[in-house]
Amino acid sequence: MNDTRKCECGHTNPVGTRLCEACGKPTEAYIQTQDPQAPEFPSMRYEGMARRSKINTRSPIDKVWNFFSSVKIAIILIVITLIASGVGTIFPQQRYIPVPVPTEESVAQFYSTTYGTLGDLYYLLGFHNLYSSWWFVTLLVMIGMSLVICSLDRIIPLYKALKKPRLNQHLSFYLGQKMHGVTDEGVSFNTSETLEKAAEGLKKKGYRVFQNGDSLMGEKARFSRWGPYINHVGLILFLLGVLLRSVPGFYMDDFVWVREGQTISVPNTPYYVKNVEYKTEYYSEDEFAQDLPIKEGEVIPKNFESKLIIYLNENEGVAGAPPKLTQVTEGSVRVNHPLTHESISYYQSGKREMELGALNFDLVNRTNNQRVGQIKVDLYEPAAEQKVGEGITVRVLDYYPDFFMDKNGMPSTKSSAPNNPMVALEVSDGKVKEKLVYVSGSLISNETNPVYELAIRKPDLLDVTGLMVRKDTMIPLIYFGCFISMVGLVMGFYWQHRRIWFHREGDRLYLAGHTNKNWFGLRQEVNQIIEPLQLPIPITVAPDVDKKKSKKEKEVRPT
Amino acid sequence: MIQLSNNLLLLAFVLYLVSTIVYAVAITGKKWANRDPKEHQQRFGRIGFAITFIGFLSQTGYVAIRWIAGGHSPTSNMFEFIAFLSYCIVIGFLILYRIYRMTILGAFAVPLAAIMLAYASVFPKEVTPLIPALQSYWLQIHVTTAALGEGILAVGFASGLMYLIRTVPQQVSTKSTKWLEFVISVVLMMVGFIIVSTVFANLNQKTVFEFPQYKADEPTVVERMLTVEYKLPAIVAPQESKIVQPGPITPLFEAPGFMEGKDAARKLNTMIWSVLSGVVLYGLIRLLLRKRLAAAMQPTLDDIDPELIDEISYRAIAIGYPIFTLGALIFAMIWANEAWGRFWGWDPKEVWALIVWLFYSAYLHLRLSKGWLGVKSAWMAVAGFVIILITLVVVNLVIAGLHSYAGV
Ligand code: HEM
Repeated sequence: MNDTRKCECGHTNPVGTRLCEACGKPTEAYIQTQDPQAPEFPSMRYEGMARRSKINTRSPIDKVWNFFSSVKIAIILIVITLIASGVGTIFPQQRYIPVPVPTEESVAQFYSTTYGTLGDLYYLLGFHNLYSSWWFVTLLVMIGMSLVICSLDRIIPLYKALKKPRLNQHLSFYLGQKMHGVTDEGVSFNTSETLEKAAEGLKKKGYRVFQNGDSLMGEKARFSRWGPYINHVGLILFLLGVLLRSVPGFYMDDFVWVREGQTISVPNTPYYVKNVEYKTEYYSEDEFAQDLPIKEGEVIPKNFESKLIIYLNENEGVAGAPPKLTQVTEGSVRVNHPLTHESISYYQSGKREMELGALNFDLVNRTNNQRVGQIKVDLYEPAAEQKVGEGITVRVLDYYPDFFMDKNGMPSTKSSAPNNPMVALEVSDGKVKEKLVYVSGSLISNETNPVYELAIRKPDLLDVTGLMVRKDTMIPLIYFGCFISMVGLVMGFYWQHRRIWFHREGDRLYLAGHTNKNWFGLRQEVNQIIEPLQLPIPITVAPDVDKKKSKKEKEVRPT
Repeated sequence: MIQLSNNLLLLAFVLYLVSTIVYAVAITGKKWANRDPKEHQQRFGRIGFAITFIGFLSQTGYVAIRWIAGGHSPTSNMFEFIAFLSYCIVIGFLILYRIYRMTILGAFAVPLAAIMLAYASVFPKEVTPLIPALQSYWLQIHVTTAALGEGILAVGFASGLMYLIRTVPQQVSTKSTKWLEFVISVVLMMVGFIIVSTVFANLNQKTVFEFPQYKADEPTVVERMLTVEYKLPAIVAPQESKIVQPGPITPLFEAPGFMEGKDAARKLNTMIWSVLSGVVLYGLIRLLLRKRLAAAMQPTLDDIDPELIDEISYRAIAIGYPIFTLGALIFAMIWANEAWGRFWGWDPKEVWALIVWLFYSAYLHLRLSKGWLGVKSAWMAVAGFVIILITLVVVNLVIAGLHSYAGV
């Protein structure tokens, strides 16, 4: 029996080769194993090179390899991901549901009451957290594996195939191309002159010309064949970045409320942030490009901005040590314009305006109706004691920021926010000691005829800014992946690999053309190149071999 | 300034309509007596193309002036975005014209642009100042690039549709002919929507509803009453609503409870009207023609090389896909990262951009590796753009998300 790897031209091909690497004839192995549906001439996709997935099919590793290297599987994975993603938008994901749902039951409750039975089902199937579900992540991982394996499977054969120009091929190679032509029998021509003209025409069209004897090949934009692979590498890097984000420490996401003047610790970091000032600005009417149908008193916000100072706590990690802050940066944050320091970014993403910051009172001596001085009760950090006028001290005895009477009739606070502050004060001047209580906008004294009384003045109002604090160390990798991907896409789509062959054998001239896409353009180029040859070469372009269709050949339209 | 730009836009719209008619004459008129069909088609094709081009210049003027006057790219609300998309469809057509010199492609691409423009005009047209959330260069870059990608993909749709009308056999009714009629009626739904909203905008027959909004944390406590005003007759009312000012008809039913937001019911009502009007429009044309719409159009395309339009469709997608990737995904991620500190958040709008992208990725793999050319590929080109339309219309109107602009 013949060695099917050995071609009649004498070259020995690796197992699995379909087109002889040297002469381009379909290999004996291809011809023998051909199923009746397959075309006589193998697909030019990888130039008939041997690919691992087509050779080894036995061991479990081969099975996995072949599974993931199949484009069919890739498409199936893509389509499943597509459909799953769509399903995830039917009802809102848990992170977007409008009401606060502290417990798992209330989440279930939400879907069930809002969306009925379908909502129940949605929740039960875990679609409310679809994109972080194990199976969705598995899909992404599988696409990633498929990308890696299919690229490895093809990249070396493709490299080998593209490395050296195919010249002096077996006639069946030329005639097997989708686009081919041959001069009619008896048509005579001057070989060297014709080939020279053809070469000239090819060069004019930007082709690189290779020649060996009476065989000529023009080639253009070979690099574009690498486009899809570069794109896939970019996608792999991107997916890697995305998956690594779930590793603890690579991604951080927090939210803090900071009121004006306050400095607080940024959770899980050695940093502190101070809100110097928060402001909201509105558009004035003369800033509009045209009159707008807005109602009286309606305003359009122009800017939400906080001035921040970021401090580093030098004593971070030192147990029990008080924070020692040194300023590291300052700046303002606006919506869409975060402040970044050491890969931690601060985003303007919330505000509470005009909140009570401090209560102000005038202390009045009722005996002579004289204003003694002013008292300020900071509602966040009330001073335990303050001196007013000559020898008078005011102490804070009790403070409930969000006052209410609990079940036992005891004063208590609902939260630490000063929504309804209640303060008990003691005024003493050495002789008298009087107690005063401020609650819900009024004052009560413990004396029936007190010496001192308080007059309420305008309280200090302040704004509270909501800052999102995020760190994403994978961003550079993710952006890099995107960039590589784009480079690949542009290479692959805005250039096409084209090859045109001229080959004389006997007294006939053969022509063939191959491109990976856009045959119409190739056809036109070929027509323009052969026009100056003044030689009738009837060209046929086989319609693409959609395996189920009959192979019908079609005349090229002259253009 | 704004007035001038609006006039230019109107001019562009009129020119697109005129060139649509000229294209129609180009492909239908070649059967008229004493004419050399080829010459006729070429001549009218060229005229149509010239008119389209003038329309394009006019629309360029609109974009430029509005950009300068408003101080930001004209893509900051629904009107501006859809108008810009129509501009991008024309750009896409011009790009493919440069490559393939096929004027008749305009017979499908230009009306699509005109419909988009008309669709845009039903939304409020004012130049509004940018709210803080929209003040970002990245946002502008993202939206304009994404629109350009979608515009070029739309040309892939136009020539895919052309391919199907040209090649799907019309002798007997099949699944293919039915789907093709469905695609045509989707286009007609947009037309119907435009007609209905224009008519009722001028009739001034408002219906006003009042309905309760419940507290977010205590779903039995009414927080306040909201009012919503319908311009279209109300088929569907907001949940638990009272009519404050009755309109021409009484609503037939209430919107389902899960539709969130103040305007949800009104948007649903608008959707129902578009579907109904599209179906009616389709029915009328069908009655007039007495055959399937695609069957009526088929003979006008019989001299067009299907392989050429197949390649144009693919080429449009091949050009549009990288631009879409860059604009709708990469720039979107960069913007989202600047705005929200996360490059991806599975917001419905983001997910739908991903779906569109995955779909076209599948298309490209099928075409390249599985030899899905011709009919199959044309169906996918058509379906791809239908998904884009869903993203634009349905997701914007029905699923409220971070990206949705206020609209009809
Ligand atoms: C979401 C994931 C993917 C995207 C966006 C993507 C994108 C692309 C693009 C744009 C092309 C070029 C198509 C053309 O030139 O018409 C391509 C080609 C290709 N893709 Fe993918 N791809 C993805 C996943 C995969 C996977 C998982 C496989 C694994 C089997 C795969 C295998 C291929 C192959 C074999 C080619 C042809 C390469 C060539 O021309 O030599 N792709 N892909």
